[in-house]
Amino acid sequence: MSTSAANLAETRPLTYRLDAADQSPLDIKGYEALDGYAALRKAMKDMSPADVSQLVKDANLRGRGGAGFPAGIKWSLIPMGDDAPKQKYLVCNADEMEPGTFKDRLLMEQLPHQLVEAMIVAGYAIQASKAYIFLRGEYVLAAERLNRAIAEAKAAGYLGENILGSGWSLELTVHTGAGRYICGEETALINSLEGRRANPRAKPPFPQIAGLWGKPTVVNNVETLCNVPHIVLRGAEWFKGLSQGKSGDAGTKIYGMSGRVRKPGLWELPIGTTAREILEEHAGGMQDGLELMAWLPGGASTDFLMPEHLDLPMDYDSIGKAGSRMGTGLIMAVDNKQSIVSVVRNLEEFFARESCGWCTPCRDGLPWSVKLLRALEKGEGQPGDLETLDQLTRFLGPGKTFCAHAPGAMEPLQSALKYFRGEFEKGIRQPQAAN
Amino acid sequence: MSTVNPQSSDNALIGSDRPEAERFILAPEDREAIEHEMSHYDDPRAASIEALKIVQKRHGWVPDGAIAEIGKVLGISAVDVEGVATFYNLIYRQPVGRHVIKICDSVGCYLTGYETVCEAISRKLGIGLGETTPDGRFTLLPICCLGACDKGPVLMIDDDTHGNLTVEGIDQLLEQYA
Repeated sequence: MSTSAANLAETRPLTYRLDAADQSPLDIKGYEALDGYAALRKAMKDMSPADVSQLVKDANLRGRGGAGFPAGIKWSLIPMGDDAPKQKYLVCNADEMEPGTFKDRLLMEQLPHQLVEAMIVAGYAIQASKAYIFLRGEYVLAAERLNRAIAEAKAAGYLGENILGSGWSLELTVHTGAGRYICGEETALINSLEGRRANPRAKPPFPQIAGLWGKPTVVNNVETLCNVPHIVLRGAEWFKGLSQGKSGDAGTKIYGMSGRVRKPGLWELPIGTTAREILEEHAGGMQDGLELMAWLPGGASTDFLMPEHLDLPMDYDSIGKAGSRMGTGLIMAVDNKQSIVSVVRNLEEFFARESCGWCTPCRDGLPWSVKLLRALEKGEGQPGDLETLDQLTRFLGPGKTFCAHAPGAMEPLQSALKYFRGEFEKGIRQPQAAN
Repeated sequence: MSTVNPQSSDNALIGSDRPEAERFILAPEDREAIEHEMSHYDDPRAASIEALKIVQKRHGWVPDGAIAEIGKVLGISAVDVEGVATFYNLIYRQPVGRHVIKICDSVGCYLTGYETVCEAISRKLGIGLGETTPDGRFTLLPICCLGACDKGPVLMIDDDTHGNLTVEGIDQLLEQYA
């Protein structure tokens, strides 16, 4: 590696290889020339599976799919040793469908070998017997490139029987989906992978104990997994230092921005970078003539924040304290020419359509919210509609439904009602003046 | 690669009655492809979505008779296969046009103005969402966020993703799909 590549690898581990990729993804030779599969070699030669798990735990790698659960802790719940079930599974959640999120597409289309190596290393840590990448069906190019990378890795002895002479074997398969947002929910994803309708499962038991085909299963997001080889190669302390003191969280984060900003896109930055820096320095600010009215920090299922929250570090705890969630970390900017009632109507139409229909509050409550929002949008709302919406945010909130779909749907609604109540009130039809 | 084979004789099905269930014969190469998919899993049922996609690739949609045939290959009931087929929006249980337009209607594309683009396509083709043009050329469907929000508004036609859509660019875009 050249010095500059080595420097970038130190600060932008997930994406530094893109500089060498020059629009087409690196093949196995190109990837190996930039330390590719070095982490796998190191793990297999010098580390036990438990060492790898402990390292990831020490690094405090939190799930990048939205929930922020520590990956090392997830892994540590997997039964290990001679008494553990022989079938254990590693599943990569590559069903990227959270509105506003387009980071995993980049990682899979442009750096497929990074994810393949990550899955082998993570599979080694939990001693998985099989691994699957659950990829949304629309990501056609990612499927093609991942399959090519898997074939190359197999030919090189990194996958298949007796990997690098270790005696451990792993098969990795790309499983493509056929739509439906709910597949991104961990247990719905497992049902879908089993060839069933993607209804979520009751928890407990958690997938680490009884997941795919009832066997111990780890499900991790693409970006989460892609961090693993870098942690193995450079250590937990290095990983914690990547945030450069901007956050108590560790690592970098692939942030992004969309909406009517000058330069929408993706940037790998220290975790805890402020939303203002992302908007003003990276996305180039709002388009001419527009001002920021509100923003969704990390997907459709996160609460709106306001311009006064822009100086918060984009990390799990800071955004959480402000009443929202970092989610996927890809910000959507809502400009002042939008009607907030219409934006929320669009959001709830999405959630209503994508409900799997399994539990009543979600199946019936979400269309109800859509009906009320459509009426308010047209100025045909009835007195009491806002109170009904308030009530729905509680009836569909955490703990009231089978999975996190409806509570997620309520996040933008409840925060819009909080910050823009007057806009909703305007949608209530005024009674005719009494004579 | 296209979801719908433009040369497929099954386009004649559009607008006509559905074929009788017993008339469906699973092509031998499709059976083999499904059996190959089954080998990746500890339970053959896991190949059900892929099996539906294999049949859909050949026929453009999944005819009624295919449901039971797929069930026989996988060793599960027709009801189970139908349950899967009707759950997922990329599996079509009725005939679609030669080209399927999937327009993102999620919030990222809402903010960048997908509605005007969608209306323009609707007007140009004379169909609404969920409908197929009378000549069987296009079906227009809404779809969940396509993960290309930096290029919104975005749509897919068959397997191709097109971003930064404008009302003015619609004619030229659709002309690429005969």
